[in-house]
Amino acid sequence: MDLSLSTRTVGDRTVVEVGGEIDVYTAPKLREQLVELVNDGNFHLVVDMEGVDFLDSTGLGVLVGGLKRVRAHEGSLRLVCNQERILKIFRITGLTKVFPIHTSVEEAVAATD
Amino acid sequence: MATVELRFSALPEHVRTARLVAAAVARRAGVDEAVLDEVRLAVGEACTRAVGLHQSAGITEPVRVSLIEEEKQFSIEVGDDAPHAVPGGKSSGARGGADDSDVEEDEMGLAVISGLVDDVEVTAGEHGGLIRMSWPTTPPAVLVP
Repeated sequence: MDLSLSTRTVGDRTVVEVGGEIDVYTAPKLREQLVELVNDGNFHLVVDMEGVDFLDSTGLGVLVGGLKRVRAHEGSLRLVCNQERILKIFRITGLTKVFPIHTSVEEAVAATD
Repeated sequence: MATVELRFSALPEHVRTARLVAAAVARRAGVDEAVLDEVRLAVGEACTRAVGLHQSAGITEPVRVSLIEEEKQFSIEVGDDAPHAVPGGKSSGARGGADDSDVEEDEMGLAVISGLVDDVEVTAGEHGGLIRMSWPTTPPAVLVP
């Protein structure tokens, strides 16, 4: 399965809905999307990962890169994920401390801290 | 001899194929269904790392994956032909022009593997490296005739 990406605006947040597999082959597409959003002035991103079937360290690297970019503009990058097998990867790499992870897009959009 | 052997050109698009094949053979070998996600992720990380090493060193040889069914365990070996720094040498030199982000991703891949797999062995020398990972298997239930 390939990677699917779609974006929409909710208030001052930009929601990026990701579907499929994020790996060494598809991660560059996600990177391009995040870079483009930040270059266009979208600094508060919510990445919805509910449709993601697979995530590897390349994908984690892209998300960390995205976080670095938005932080340079005092922005934020929040994740939406309820899937245990995806959450596990964030846990074993210690990235649960780096990313705010929410259970729904609504919760992520409403979050301010 | 390995149950299934796979050799693929060091290109990112083939890593998914390696994941799928490894998971299919692991399932057949009797690796617990709940652990298959870990097998898939770990073999993907090892192959991603090998592809990166081959590409950054300009190596045209394929990446090798051996899927080995043993009596009570299932093992996967992922081999690369990239010259690794020998212990005591300067590690940065071996990557041949790799920038910091590549190095970080390489380390992140290994971090994921060691976080996922209890039984993992990473060996590397001047002529290439090998990651060997093993998982216990449960023998298939005996079918009543």
